[in-house]
Amino acid sequence: MTSTGYSVARYSPPRSSLGRLLARDSWLWRMDWVMVIAALMLSGLGTVLVWSATRNRTELTHGDQYYFLFRNVVNVVIGLVLAGAVMAIGHRRLRSAVPAFYILSILLLGAVLTPLGTTINGAHAWLVVGGGFTIQPAEFAKITIILGMAVLLATKVDTGDREHPDHRTVLYALALAALPMGVVLLMPDMGSVMVMAIVVLGVLLASGASNRWVVGLIGTGVAGAVLIWQLGVLDEYQINRFAAFANPALDPAGVGYNTNQARIAIGSGGLLGKGLLHGSQTTGQFVPEQQTDFIFTVAGEELGFVGAGGLILLIGVVLWRACAIARNAKDLYSTIVAAGVVSWFAFQAFENIGMALGIMPVAGLPLPFVSYGGTSMFAVWIAVGLLQSIRLQRPVSA
Amino acid sequence: MSNIPETGRTRRVAIRLVAIQILVLSLLLTLGGRLWYLQIRNGEQYTEEASRNHVQEVVTPAVRGAILDANGVPLADNENRLVVSADRTELLKQPDDGEAVLARVAGVLGMKEKDVTDKVRLCDAQTPQPCWNGSPYQPIPISDEATSQQALQIVERPDQFPGITAEPTAVRRYGKPKGAKTAQVLGYLSPVSDEEIAEREASGKPPLLRSDQIGRAGLERTYDSELRGTAGVTRHEVDNLGRVIGKAGSTPAKPGSTVVTSIDSRVQALAEKELVQAMKEARTQFDHNTGRNYKADSGAIVVMEAKTGRVVAMASAPTYDPNVWVGGIDADEYRKLTGEKSNYPLLNRATQGQAAPGSIFKVVSTAAAVRAGYPLDGRYDCSSAFDIEGHSFKNFESQSYGPISLGRALEVSCDTVFYRLAYQEWKKDGGNDPKKPKDWFFRTAKDFGLGSATGVDLPSEADGRIPDRKWKKDYYDLNKDAWCEQAKSKKDDYGTAIARENCAEGFRMRAGDTVNFSIGQGDTLVTPIQMASIYAAISNGGTIYEPAVGKAVISPDGARVKELKPKVKGKLPISRKTRDYMDEALAGVATRGTAAWRFGGWPQAKIPMHAKTGTAEVYGKQTTSWFATYTKEYSIVMTISQGGTGSGASAPAVRKIYNALYGVDGGGGVNKKNGLLPKPKTELPKINKDGTIQQADLDKKRRSWRDTKTPSAPTSTPGAGTTDLDDALPPSSSDQALAPAGGSGAVPPVLAALPADRPHRVQHARKRP
Repeated sequence: MTSTGYSVARYSPPRSSLGRLLARDSWLWRMDWVMVIAALMLSGLGTVLVWSATRNRTELTHGDQYYFLFRNVVNVVIGLVLAGAVMAIGHRRLRSAVPAFYILSILLLGAVLTPLGTTINGAHAWLVVGGGFTIQPAEFAKITIILGMAVLLATKVDTGDREHPDHRTVLYALALAALPMGVVLLMPDMGSVMVMAIVVLGVLLASGASNRWVVGLIGTGVAGAVLIWQLGVLDEYQINRFAAFANPALDPAGVGYNTNQARIAIGSGGLLGKGLLHGSQTTGQFVPEQQTDFIFTVAGEELGFVGAGGLILLIGVVLWRACAIARNAKDLYSTIVAAGVVSWFAFQAFENIGMALGIMPVAGLPLPFVSYGGTSMFAVWIAVGLLQSIRLQRPVSA
Repeated sequence: MSNIPETGRTRRVAIRLVAIQILVLSLLLTLGGRLWYLQIRNGEQYTEEASRNHVQEVVTPAVRGAILDANGVPLADNENRLVVSADRTELLKQPDDGEAVLARVAGVLGMKEKDVTDKVRLCDAQTPQPCWNGSPYQPIPISDEATSQQALQIVERPDQFPGITAEPTAVRRYGKPKGAKTAQVLGYLSPVSDEEIAEREASGKPPLLRSDQIGRAGLERTYDSELRGTAGVTRHEVDNLGRVIGKAGSTPAKPGSTVVTSIDSRVQALAEKELVQAMKEARTQFDHNTGRNYKADSGAIVVMEAKTGRVVAMASAPTYDPNVWVGGIDADEYRKLTGEKSNYPLLNRATQGQAAPGSIFKVVSTAAAVRAGYPLDGRYDCSSAFDIEGHSFKNFESQSYGPISLGRALEVSCDTVFYRLAYQEWKKDGGNDPKKPKDWFFRTAKDFGLGSATGVDLPSEADGRIPDRKWKKDYYDLNKDAWCEQAKSKKDDYGTAIARENCAEGFRMRAGDTVNFSIGQGDTLVTPIQMASIYAAISNGGTIYEPAVGKAVISPDGARVKELKPKVKGKLPISRKTRDYMDEALAGVATRGTAAWRFGGWPQAKIPMHAKTGTAEVYGKQTTSWFATYTKEYSIVMTISQGGTGSGASAPAVRKIYNALYGVDGGGGVNKKNGLLPKPKTELPKINKDGTIQQADLDKKRRSWRDTKTPSAPTSTPGAGTTDLDDALPPSSSDQALAPAGGSGAVPPVLAALPADRPHRVQHARKRP
């Protein structure tokens, strides 16, 4: 057992609660502030970008140019509260509630397929909760997949029974992930399925499952894609839509138009951008879904290479710190959760920015912390809460 | 001690975590690289694409420059009409896409609702005319005939008429001063075609707009680039739905330059009137050859300054009112102008009408004879007929004058003298078996400028035709199959006989061809402007000028004046002596020759008159009347197709024009003060300090006895937009809402209500009491 700066025996005299909070070994001190500040900066930047993208869209804002700005701030605040709550409860204590979360998540996903669900942009992925609010259960499902798989895969290892997860456990864990993924596939929300698949891969990698599983999973994915392609399950327009990111001419009125306009918006930003609120592509609403899926184009156009590059850098900071948390985690459960979150954030950010830049196919995915969207914002901040909790390494009994 | 169990951290997991971290890093680097590629490497290209995406240009058309006569009187200018237009961008913001607004507009203007909506819709493959062919960001004109009352109703209630404007806009107007239509000389404008837009784009010149009008004929076409000006451009930022969201800068429109011509509108009006009169008169005359009255289907008069080649008047009949083109010609009118029944009034018979010249060609033949070595004062037999190879070529009305000089042959227009000379030359050149032919007659005709365009500054000028050996050969090659086919027919009519002859030896220059050519007959074709420039050259001592209508191009601010100097095209191939001799002979024509009876009482001593009559025969038609004349100052050539003889049909009109030019009265007295233009006007109209051009007060002399107190304030003719209220204008122009009487200071209220920054300058002319 190694000795670290903060796992010392408690023989210091009792301190006041404020004193305890400010002490070098307090959770406030030990929190990963770099990550939190980077994530907060991303959300702050996102709020401004959302405002810029929506202030002219009167058909969406009902004439109030701050409509989305205000709502985004509320979303971020709720996200922060959720993150704080998760951190306070701690990821270990949540471990016992994971089965409940998982069942709830599946129920919510299932509800989307009932008349309660609603279709936005071709995906039947939203749940109307009344009062004009909708939630996207797939976002929460990403967390429950991570937590659920982590619980299954880590239990025997963390108790010291085995060095690595055995095949049967891996099989169960995959089945656990396959259920929500299947429901999401039915919506169909291809973007979320892709993210979940990458998350499963990341979780398996971090769990120490045998290489055969990892290789097999990747192989299955590739084979499945080839099979879908070859068997003609997809119509030509679907294939074209998928491929249009590389060649906008394949779908010039649909996805091709989006990617082309997105590229023009980003490209025309140049080094320093056209200035906040001064992007002609943004002001002119040439890029669709700009406050959500294509939020990065606002940064690219109005803030230029410096601003958009800075945004990528901030995401890099969050991911780097998350990787560090994963590497420093003391048990496999924590490691898996952290690595799952890293996989999720990394791939979703890469896919979102990549499609705006025209190097990834277009899929409806929000940019973590930045895009407008309540469920997504809550989910990523909950994940931040999980990471912080792992970082604090508090004992279960504390 | 901590109770945190440190489990599961095998080496495998640790390595994999590092692998994940490296993978994440590479993903981010990929994004950064791609971002650099788009923004830094290709940034400029995308910037350009973005601006093309979101900037729409709205064009303020430049006001077209005026075309003035030599005295500054506008032949073509612009008048301000209240144009009601609709802005589609605004209309589409209405919940019903502006339907209700357009219905209200139709109500105010008294138009049918459907007519209004049709005008405002955009043209595409499925939409038939009427529709808007211009940019959707351009205001679309609904009516250019709104009254100030109607305009007020629209302007004062913007809430009722969003997107509708009523602004005074410059519209082309052909003023017809004194009734001078000058139609074919001025030409006309019509909308540009797609090809022209593409062509212009390729040429790198300022681009044409879809809404542009372009000069199609006459001066409007020749001087199109000068008159056009440069359109102003306002660049609007638009969003993805085309809604305007801001302005991205603008350049103001620059009006076009003014073109001053050498046309004198008074002489022009007279020439047009006399041409019509002469043709009417000709139609009352009985033609013995055809057994019916002359048809007099078309005609032309050219009045040219002898010493410069400038055109003072150019009339062509049939004619039309150039204003039919303004605001778009409708299909009916267009059919009227271009149909066969109309006999093509768009043609300028002075430059595009071709006919055999008949005897007015004899000046060329005389020069040819001299060049071939025949003495001017030799004796040449003017017999009543001349036989060649069994074919008898008769003198006109078979007259005989016995042996006469070349000069006398001109005077009396003796054909047989020239027949004989041409025949001798043909034989010298080898006859039917030519050996290095000299072809003096053909060569001289070409040296006189015949057979090729004069280069007058009017488009699509005809070349005429010299039927020389090369032409005969080409013509034969082209037609021999048809001729020989017809020759096989058993018929025995004249046409078949000709076909047989042509099939057998149409390639050959026959004696008959040269003989016919010597008197301007056969296949010879000339245009009136060619003959006018030849007679002008004889007048001025032998210099052939390039005829010109344009005299100067003046920039809209009056600062830059580009004078178009007379251009020398060549010299007549005759010596001074021959010139003087011909000059005398042609004076003889007017005093004792074929035209003498028309110049009775002409003050020959004060104003030496020279003339030559011509009556050309045309196969299957009545004779063409030609009359070519000159004085020291002018040359006037007139022709009437199927009009009779030269002296009979054309001479009276020409005489009247000379009377007016010099102020000759019926008794032969000369009062130069009464003359319209005893000397050609050399100076340009005066340019005012503000760039407007003064209109000479031409009626002063004749009016002075009526009202000596008439203010001598000249009517100003601005380079752009002028309102000249001449009595020749139709009365309707005076109740145009925007022809304010400047003197009274009463500006119609609508003008005051309209924005002052209109894209063009409006100058109001003073209406004389």
